[in-house]
Amino acid sequence: MKTSDLAALRDEPACSHNLQAKTGCVRPTPGAAAGGCAFDGAQISLLPIADVAHIVHGPIACAGDSWDNRGTQSSGPALFKLGMTTDLNEQDVIMGRSEKRLFHGIKQAIDRYAPAAVFVYSTCVTALIGDDLEAICKAATERWGVPIIPIDAAGFYGSKNFGNRIAGEAMIKYVVGGSEPEPPPVDPARPELKVHNINLIGEYNIAGELWNTLPLFDELGLRLLCSMSGDARFREIQTMHRAEVNMVVCSRAMLNVARKLQERFGTPWFEGSFYGVSDVSAALRQFAARINDPDLTQRTETLIAREEANTHAALAPWRERLRGKRVLLYTGGVKSWSIVAALQELGMTVVASGTKKSTEEDKARIRELMGEDAQLIEDGNPRILLEMARAHRADLLVAGGRNLYTALKARLPFVDVNQEREHGYAGYRGMITLAQELTRTLESPIWDAVRRPAPWLPHGVTEPVHG
Amino acid sequence: MAEIIRRSKPLSVSPLKSSQPLGASLALLGLNRAIPLLHGAQGCTAFAKVFLVRHFREPIPLQTSALDPISSIMGADDSLLAGLRTVCEKHHPAAVGLLTTGLTEAQGADIHRVLREFRERCPEFQAVRIVPVNTPDFSGCLESGFAAAVTAMIAEWVPSANHPDALGHPSLTKAGKKPGQARQINVLCGSSLTPGDLEALRELIERFGLHPVLLPDLADSLDGHLDAEDYHPLTTGGTPLAAFTTLGDAAATLVIGASLDRAADLLHERTGVPTHRFPHLFGLEATDRLVMTLAGIADQSVPATVARQRAQLQDAMLDTHFLLGRARIAIAADPDLLHGFSQLLAEMGAEVVVAVTSATTPTLAQLPLKQVQIGDLDDLETLARERDAELVIGSSHALDAANRLAAPLLRAGYPLHDQFGGYQRAWIGYRGARQALFDLANALLSHAEHAVAPYHSFYSGKADARPEVRHGATPTFADSGRWH
Repeated sequence: MKTSDLAALRDEPACSHNLQAKTGCVRPTPGAAAGGCAFDGAQISLLPIADVAHIVHGPIACAGDSWDNRGTQSSGPALFKLGMTTDLNEQDVIMGRSEKRLFHGIKQAIDRYAPAAVFVYSTCVTALIGDDLEAICKAATERWGVPIIPIDAAGFYGSKNFGNRIAGEAMIKYVVGGSEPEPPPVDPARPELKVHNINLIGEYNIAGELWNTLPLFDELGLRLLCSMSGDARFREIQTMHRAEVNMVVCSRAMLNVARKLQERFGTPWFEGSFYGVSDVSAALRQFAARINDPDLTQRTETLIAREEANTHAALAPWRERLRGKRVLLYTGGVKSWSIVAALQELGMTVVASGTKKSTEEDKARIRELMGEDAQLIEDGNPRILLEMARAHRADLLVAGGRNLYTALKARLPFVDVNQEREHGYAGYRGMITLAQELTRTLESPIWDAVRRPAPWLPHGVTEPVHG
Repeated sequence: MAEIIRRSKPLSVSPLKSSQPLGASLALLGLNRAIPLLHGAQGCTAFAKVFLVRHFREPIPLQTSALDPISSIMGADDSLLAGLRTVCEKHHPAAVGLLTTGLTEAQGADIHRVLREFRERCPEFQAVRIVPVNTPDFSGCLESGFAAAVTAMIAEWVPSANHPDALGHPSLTKAGKKPGQARQINVLCGSSLTPGDLEALRELIERFGLHPVLLPDLADSLDGHLDAEDYHPLTTGGTPLAAFTTLGDAAATLVIGASLDRAADLLHERTGVPTHRFPHLFGLEATDRLVMTLAGIADQSVPATVARQRAQLQDAMLDTHFLLGRARIAIAADPDLLHGFSQLLAEMGAEVVVAVTSATTPTLAQLPLKQVQIGDLDDLETLARERDAELVIGSSHALDAANRLAAPLLRAGYPLHDQFGGYQRAWIGYRGARQALFDLANALLSHAEHAVAPYHSFYSGKADARPEVRHGATPTFADSGRWH
């Protein structure tokens, strides 16, 4: 990718970090860096597109060490679950055979799997040796008549977040607008219903949680043209320009997609979240407000009233058990403010919240929710998190999978709210699941057992397990 | 002699292979108070970390020099220096593994020179032992990366014997100890050994009154134990660095895994300690050899417990041979593990109809197999379908393939992330082999269709056995109740 293109991508006017430094995204510190690379970010943004063959063009580490490690779900094709890579060897790199291997690799994927499209991801080595991804993809598209999309997001280009952005940019540049949606089918029970088209941007269908909210959209007559990219199909991405409104679900990752859709097609967008009862309702209201159809607004209010009543009734017994419990929250991508609100709805006290990936507005909202003296954690390495948990007498840590074993080693109850999680917490139903999971770990009898010293030791002495 | 079939298709689909930097990181994690530092972009580290965390269900110390566009093009020495300084300053490790990646190898980074520069610039970190290892991910696999790291550790930290001899002749060991009298046994442990294997191996060696020094010792660091302290930025166990200087005092060195041949050569050259090589420790024959070797070194008879375990394995072989004899097995594994399983299965008369491995090695052709494919799990699936395999041996990555084949999967290798405790399972020795046979046989049993399919005689009077009647379908003319 050209330096000017990289610089243009770093400049994201819709992101509040843009105001702080020229570079937009912050550079990591060697030896004290956490998180993935741009390739990682690009791959996770697009991999959920289920009917696409995703080819990683590089040596083995990029695909071999990372494939098959996320909980994103598909309601149909499983093609995206196959790890595909050109698995370059030394000779390919030295002798310049990698472009040829890629070209034949694309053919292999098309012949064998008949994908709707092929996405080709560049990696550090192929970017460094100067493989011309765009030209190969163009030639392959012409040769085989299948859309071949270059995703030029080599790891060293920047952070994982930056990779999300490159991925979004590639979809805007090469895919969106490529085909028109069919007219929506008529529901025989509601033949008069005016159906509105919407998109979700940054929703990855982790643990299938999109399917907690999709039935609500159906009921309201909101047709989800495309979720970018959870349970998406290539054709759905192509039709994204026809939505009446876009919702950006995961904080900063793909703001550029929403912004560009607005610039080019005039589609209004808003940021929202499906975590917590009030935020789900707020998101649904936002759709109705932007679409501005009085009938939709009225039906939305009816649905919200019903769902909120049902959910609160279902949550009542759990709320009793969770009331007053103290939570230390440290999330990555999912909106911290939304989880704060959700935990507070359950009667819990959030003693501190991570803001590493939050925008300035996000932080303001957290302060609003938690009070002015809210403790915000900018950089939560494991040691800081545990100190914080101790200082605030936290009963549990709610965080991403990378901190799971940190918490467990400290004998601290833990609930995973990031991408590796096993449960879907989005939507009204997800809130009940969240309450159940929080209760399951907090009320587990194991916490006493693992904190109890061996009975043969004198009182108060803990024994090192190894020398 | 196995015929080696090389990769012929341009794409690797559902890769079997994991990268060299990941394997080298794993080896470093078997040292006490250690942390691997990958010289590359952040993803190499992030992927390896997630991979190992999910396999072991443990926090994994791993750091990166976090290259960006500027350092990738203009040279990354400063990033590496900064990374080394940060890791030393923040965590005070005993050992740092300095590992390259595809990016820095393609760039032509010279980590050995940068390390010398670091030593000159930062004398305050002299006590931190740093081992540089070249591990490009465009060659080799997890196993070879692991072996490269072990070789580098020996090169860096094992002193030449007291009377260095240019010809590498064995020299006398330290004061008063003669070879054969010492009770220490060095064990070079290859990547095919799980922490559970290492525990079993240690126990067996100790039964002979010998003191094993495992190198590296994943059983002490990644066995999944709960510590008194709650947070460690470094490994919390593993071979102590001090052990490297004692290797020359040992009575013998055992080498487990053909992948460690080079490491073994180097250790022998440095110490002169007699070396006993085992390509693997799977099954009766390999374990017999190990036990006889230990008895010889210790100069004592085989303990009764060990003899009993051998008899138990023999009994298990008898019990399971009905199922395992001529069972058609498909295996996907790194070379050493593949060697172990193919030997175990050969002893049982099972037939390995598909053997896929990740990279080629000098000893691959010696495996007791007809054919070895260098390839991926897509090759495994295709060949297993063609050749009608009944059971698959492979990592968690092979589950989807096994499901599509409607064959049971025996999980082994890396990664094992869809079940608990994969890392603590012991495959080696009499007891490990016995359990492996039971599990293989049970897996086959659960999917087996041995009996003859029911046949319903036209003339039979058994109305209940007629499929139409059982399924509640309307009787046709042919069986409209004339037997009633």
